[in-house]
Amino acid sequence: MGILQLVLVLAVLVLLVKPLGTYVYHVFSNEPNRMDRVFGPVERGIYRLIGLKRRDGMTWKRYALSFLLTNIVLVALSYLILRLQSLLPLNPNKIGGMEQTLTFNTVISFITNTNLQHYSGETGLSYFSQMAVIIMMMFTSAATGFSVAIAFVRGLTSRGRTIGNFFEDFVKAHTRIFLPFATVITLILVALNVPLTLDPTLTVTTLEGAAQHIAIGPVAALESIKHLGTNGGGFFGVNSAHPFENPNPLTNVIEMLSMWALPASLPYVYGKFANNKKQGWVVFGAMMTLFLAFLTLTYTSELRGNPALNALGMDASQGSMEGKEVRFGIAQSALFTTVTTAATTGSVNNMHDTLTPLGGLAPLAEMMLNCVFGGKGVGLVNMLMYAILAVFLAGLMVGRTPEFLGRKIEPREMKLIAVAILAHPFIILVPTAIALMTDAGRAGVTNPGFHGISQALYEMTSSAANNGSGFEGLADNTPFWNISTGIVMLLGRYISMIAMLAVAGSLVRKSWVPETVGTFRTDNVLFWGILIGTVLIIGALTFLPAIVLGPVAEHLTLR
Amino acid sequence: MNQASNASGPSGISTLWIALRAGIVFILICGIVYPLATTGIAQAIMPHQANGSLVKDAEGHVVGSALIGQNFADPKYFQGRVSSISYQAEASGSNNYGPSNPELLNRTQASIDAWKAANPDVPVDRVPISLLTNSASGLDPHISPESAQVQIPRISKLTGISPEQLGQLVDAHTAGRDLGVFGEPRVNVLELNLALRALLAK
Repeated sequence: MGILQLVLVLAVLVLLVKPLGTYVYHVFSNEPNRMDRVFGPVERGIYRLIGLKRRDGMTWKRYALSFLLTNIVLVALSYLILRLQSLLPLNPNKIGGMEQTLTFNTVISFITNTNLQHYSGETGLSYFSQMAVIIMMMFTSAATGFSVAIAFVRGLTSRGRTIGNFFEDFVKAHTRIFLPFATVITLILVALNVPLTLDPTLTVTTLEGAAQHIAIGPVAALESIKHLGTNGGGFFGVNSAHPFENPNPLTNVIEMLSMWALPASLPYVYGKFANNKKQGWVVFGAMMTLFLAFLTLTYTSELRGNPALNALGMDASQGSMEGKEVRFGIAQSALFTTVTTAATTGSVNNMHDTLTPLGGLAPLAEMMLNCVFGGKGVGLVNMLMYAILAVFLAGLMVGRTPEFLGRKIEPREMKLIAVAILAHPFIILVPTAIALMTDAGRAGVTNPGFHGISQALYEMTSSAANNGSGFEGLADNTPFWNISTGIVMLLGRYISMIAMLAVAGSLVRKSWVPETVGTFRTDNVLFWGILIGTVLIIGALTFLPAIVLGPVAEHLTLR
Repeated sequence: MNQASNASGPSGISTLWIALRAGIVFILICGIVYPLATTGIAQAIMPHQANGSLVKDAEGHVVGSALIGQNFADPKYFQGRVSSISYQAEASGSNNYGPSNPELLNRTQASIDAWKAANPDVPVDRVPISLLTNSASGLDPHISPESAQVQIPRISKLTGISPEQLGQLVDAHTAGRDLGVFGEPRVNVLELNLALRALLAK
């Protein structure tokens, strides 16, 4: 039954890729289509409200400036709201203003689509903050990421034209994708028992006569966009493990598909833009292959369980149930873990800190590679970056100038890509080392031994990959962890985005080289293999030592 | 899509102006209008679900939420999973003990010892591991059907209700997998105990 559940969800996902990808392509192809009649008037209204008179194509620098300025404005306003939430409306539980370094961490966490949470929602945020900051940024950061990914794809594929207009892409991502989808999924979740109310915390008298206070709030409205936008920040501290956020296996499946379907359909969108759908399927195939390998690792490790715990003599046939919920069991938990770290969502339906060492290795490795589906757009951009690197390596081996989609790959592009690829391990490993060498960093680590190393490594990896899940035992609401992960999240998001826009800006100006018999093809099984190989070699070279010190050592010593 | 042109593009100031207005407009649309509108719709058409699936007893008093587990200290009742927060639902969470943490073994061993003391008739190797480990949320409302069955001998002895009758009660409150496939079969502890209390009152 376990494997059947996994296969069914995977099958639904694969069936969604083509229709969803086609829809997304039409949203951003900027050619007239049927949906204009529905959404056109709304969009024209928004363009007027924001003062966007002309929607000319932008240079990559203008595009980058536009998305950065928009993000800065949102960060500034959100910072004010969180600091002043005690004075603002919709605060029935009388929650005070947020502390400085925690506010810094929180606004960066949400604008970068990371959703690392060093606060606990039920006690740290008013309903107004949950709505006007958290839910709002879940939309806007996802729309930003989506827009940049589309701009990058345009740069790779459109011949001698532009990468698009940021504000137009940003508005359309909201009006045609996130707002309508989120509204529908919110209502489906409510029908399946996820609460949605502005009432304060409930107080009930239990069966045994004790008082129980039950935190509640506008949960469903956040839950839908949290997954659609691959955000991952929970309304409650334990995120989608909380029975109000994720009350049954059906909501679990809906939440997984919501976070997974858009990133999985982006390779198809890319194939449509490139006018060669096989290109898209090769990228999709590489992502899916890596995904299945990680899913298998987590599922089998969790099913086998923790040998130390099993030795105590209970009936351990259920698998490792510490830190998991009965309604999900091993299959729904393992799948959720693998999806949420692949799609860089970072919501959790079980506690990753309590996963078996190898079960916890899979989510860690997915975030280190950061290109197995990936979050709103970022995963596709990273995978295409690896694709260009693969073409370059293959080109070196046969002694030809590398080409990708009819354009020569030259030193300028390779330098930018090297910066983006090297930045990722740098901002994971250096801060992890600092955390483990300083008292302020070590103070947060709550588990002894090798698992403590994994806790710090996981936190930095999750920040750099803009994932946001955590080994939640880490006592991370301290100035050290708030500021260090805040900086890592910023670098993790913006370095690669700007570098990739620069690559797109440089490629879009190049003249197109006609395809010949000698052209190295990037739409066949051979390239699928080379692409996976490139990802794994780079990943292994950079991260293997750190992984050996953490999860692998823990696995080998656990008995 | 038009050609990109550097010369006639808008200035940085005008881009900032658009960004500022866009920031305010999207805070209003996504942060205010969207959540309030969906809340309004949900409250109008699905008030029971939207307000937390509250459970009432026979007299109509609210005794909890069907989705949120409760602490059952009385051994006459079916007991839920280990919760490091004692099912205090104003917060959520667990101690997050890693698999190699000695505290995990100590806590579980204590649960096993408590089990042996309270249930001398049922050896610990028949007890599902989920019953003696901490859930993710600390609020897990469910136990597996086997976890309910192994508690029947104890409850039967304390209440005088026959094991057969208790077995039927557990079966009646066992929910299968969603759509027959997804998730795991489970028993809602609060609803089961509510039925048990009604039976005791008779």
